[in-house]
Amino acid sequence: MPLPTPFHDRTSARCASMKWKEWAGYYAVCSYELCHEPEYFAVRHAAGLIDVTPLYKLDVSGPDATAFLDWVTARHVGRLKLGQVGYGCWCDASGRVLDDGTITRRDDASYRVTSADPSYGWLVHQARRFDVRIEDVSDRLAAVALQGPAARSVLGDACDDDVSGLRFFRAMRTRIAGVDVDVTRTGYTGDLGYEVWAPNDGALVVWDALVEAGRPHGMTLLGLDALDVCRIEAGFVLLGVDYFSARRCVLPSQTSTPFELGLGWSVHLDRDPFVGSEALAQEQQAGSEWALVGLHTDWDELERLYDSFKLPPHLASSASRVAVPVYADTRRGVQVGQATSSTWSPVLKQHISLASVRTPHAAVGTELGLEVTVEFERHRIRATVVDTPFFDPERKRATPRSAAASGQPAAPATEPMA
Amino acid sequence: MTRWDAIIVGGGHNGLVCAAYLARAGRKVLVLERRHVLGGAAVSEELYPGFTFSVCSYVVSLLRPWIIRDLDLTRFGLQIIPLDCSFSPLPDGRSLARWSDAEATRREIAAFSQRDAERYPEFGKTMAQMARFVKPLIDSPAPDPWSLKPRNLADLWRTAGRMREMNDEQRRILTKMMTMSAADFLDEWFESDVLKAPMSVSGIIGTYLGVRSPGTAYVLLHHYMGEIDGAFRSWGFSKGGTGQVSEAIAAAARHYGADVRTETPIEKILVRDGRASGVVLENGDVFDARIVVSGVDPRLTFLGLVGSEHLPDEFVTQIERYKLRGSSGKVNLAVDRLPEFACRPGDGPHMRGDVAIAPSVAYLERAYDEAKYGAFSKRPYLNVVIPSVVDPSVAPPGKHVISCFVQYAPYNLAGGADRWPEQREAFGDTVVDTLAEYIPGLKESILFRQVLTPWDLEQDFGLTEGNIFHGELSLEQLAFQRPAPGWAHYRTPVDGLWMCGSGTHPGGGIMGASGALAARTLLGTKAV
Repeated sequence: MPLPTPFHDRTSARCASMKWKEWAGYYAVCSYELCHEPEYFAVRHAAGLIDVTPLYKLDVSGPDATAFLDWVTARHVGRLKLGQVGYGCWCDASGRVLDDGTITRRDDASYRVTSADPSYGWLVHQARRFDVRIEDVSDRLAAVALQGPAARSVLGDACDDDVSGLRFFRAMRTRIAGVDVDVTRTGYTGDLGYEVWAPNDGALVVWDALVEAGRPHGMTLLGLDALDVCRIEAGFVLLGVDYFSARRCVLPSQTSTPFELGLGWSVHLDRDPFVGSEALAQEQQAGSEWALVGLHTDWDELERLYDSFKLPPHLASSASRVAVPVYADTRRGVQVGQATSSTWSPVLKQHISLASVRTPHAAVGTELGLEVTVEFERHRIRATVVDTPFFDPERKRATPRSAAASGQPAAPATEPMA
Repeated sequence: MTRWDAIIVGGGHNGLVCAAYLARAGRKVLVLERRHVLGGAAVSEELYPGFTFSVCSYVVSLLRPWIIRDLDLTRFGLQIIPLDCSFSPLPDGRSLARWSDAEATRREIAAFSQRDAERYPEFGKTMAQMARFVKPLIDSPAPDPWSLKPRNLADLWRTAGRMREMNDEQRRILTKMMTMSAADFLDEWFESDVLKAPMSVSGIIGTYLGVRSPGTAYVLLHHYMGEIDGAFRSWGFSKGGTGQVSEAIAAAARHYGADVRTETPIEKILVRDGRASGVVLENGDVFDARIVVSGVDPRLTFLGLVGSEHLPDEFVTQIERYKLRGSSGKVNLAVDRLPEFACRPGDGPHMRGDVAIAPSVAYLERAYDEAKYGAFSKRPYLNVVIPSVVDPSVAPPGKHVISCFVQYAPYNLAGGADRWPEQREAFGDTVVDTLAEYIPGLKESILFRQVLTPWDLEQDFGLTEGNIFHGELSLEQLAFQRPAPGWAHYRTPVDGLWMCGSGTHPGGGIMGASGALAARTLLGTKAV
């Protein structure tokens, strides 16, 4: 049986739909009302608050903490500044991805790592040569994500400190209603947003303060269904859906490398060897077999297909995690991959998918055939390879210039994620 | 001096759509807008510090999804938040809310009629099927059944092909929808007045007709078109107000190379030797162009900007007869707190949609009765939205904007339209009084009030007789007869002068179809 998170008293009181799912051993709300759409629109136009406690959280500290994380992850952690957050993945010795997550440099030699899968065992296994302390704080630390264009105002009203200068992928410590919390400007929606990390015993106080601060800003509680639409629009891959941890795969073909997942930008090879670096360097030389791409479904073809059945076009209103074959063309071409996550994007007015395809078919602009089932019949319609993120608002990275100048050392108002 | 390929008169949303398409096709386009803001009746204005109002048009109805895709409008900032609920408060403390949640809606309706509750989804299914047949009509120029031109015959044949796909029942329903009144048509389906009243009003929005007037049933279909539309849930709020729709289209037009200018009022359209050759601004400047495309209404275009001396008498008569007769007004409020309905207190999800003050069919018909004889309704139909609930960017935190569409407010008041300025505040009071019967604390919460009568709509927005659709959307003024028989394809009796506004097929709402179809026709006939 799943466990309740520290926010369960609040989330269960508001979950009128009774739609829950299991997430990493915890109960998680799918949508608070029967239909997730208002939650989705709240994230894109106001703010949404979601319980993300089920994320795995590991604290890594000690004299060798930086060297250790440099060894175990594909990212050059040593380059992270104090208070900076890095996104990255870690691989096995053959360069196959085990998990992805964020790494926050909280102190000179103290980091917090988040992950989608349990990673404690792997980290401990890799730590033998290093003087580090690894602690799984997953069960002690509650986490809540506050996402959407109004997130900065809501958080500002709830926190003791001025948060307006907190830049993209940066962390700070502050207090909310008397509780010491960590705040990171991160999230899984591709929008302006923050994640707040609080000890379990202060969790409800923090939740209530955020809910209260959110009221005048139109903030809504957010479930996983709406989050799924947001993260596909943001082009974020999901472990267990778009790729699988090498640890759990039974066939080599089920595994992926960072390059194949579009995470090559987070792999830093120009440094001391790390787990998987040899294989990754080889792959970078030789090229990857697969690529993760975005697909735009051709709406006119979809409409014509439905019309040939005398039906108006129809699409599921929620995101789909059912993998669908992708072909080289819309007629007789061979299968060249699969679309692993798909959704109607309300903000873009377009049907979009994240797909893994063989590299020769991955160039932007390539027209592929996507399988669509109408009245139990399988058909192919045109889908075009496009860049991800599908939706990338400026506010995601932007920091008000005045706030950036007063609260932080001088820096450009926007900056890349890396 | 620069000679433009096309000058678009009026920076309303249709004019901007037309400009964007022409510019995208490489034409040199100039858009001239009289006001300081773009959008015509689709504008956002900060009328009171911190509060942004969708001054006139307040919801995006059926903005054509192919236009959104063709012009890449989401890239230029178009964002639409769907209306999740239709809420009808009643004076007796009861209320009806209809949601996207079908079961919740069934329970809501069942409180008034269990039979209606179960018929409601059947009605929806039937309407969605019917909408499939009607949709192509609004996405292409209207074929004229009396014309024997080859292109027109081909269009007719295609339309007829669609109609042949209909089964007998669907044909019967279509005939009824074309001839019956909205309320009579709904009587055939439902028994509950509380359900029928808010449904029937979609047939009369912007017309000088009542819910029992024949021919009003057809517009019910439009409400189901959005569900099959390639933009799904296309009825909604534009983030930042409806002006953001216009701004997005203008940004697209500029991106494709169009020159879009505000505060550039034109005095007249120049006609030389029977051909439109440009425009003269109020300041005397002259702009030359191969063609002039008017986005303003037909009456203003022909009798105001062109002049009847350049037009055939028969055509002038038709334009004089063209029914504009605005029947609605608008009251915009800034309030210091979230309004609370006596019948359903709290900030529940019923606040996220549109609110219909339409407690019964008789109430609506009575409102029309008064208007027929030249008075505004003592208890009008109101369509109320509070966009700040889902889009906090339009009001300061905790505060809200309330938009009230008001019908009836006949342009032709008894004693003359120019009596409106002296009636304006009384009209505003009537609207606030009406709404306050449902929201007890309303009056105390008002920080600012804007009242727009049909006379104001004419004065401020150039809408002749205050008609929000550039001419009534009654059956005899639709399709191949809009705005005049023989002139439904955006062409006019003056060579080089074209139309692209809501006064052309299909017209109505923030659809953009008139502008896009006009551009398509212009490019297709190599007029420019």
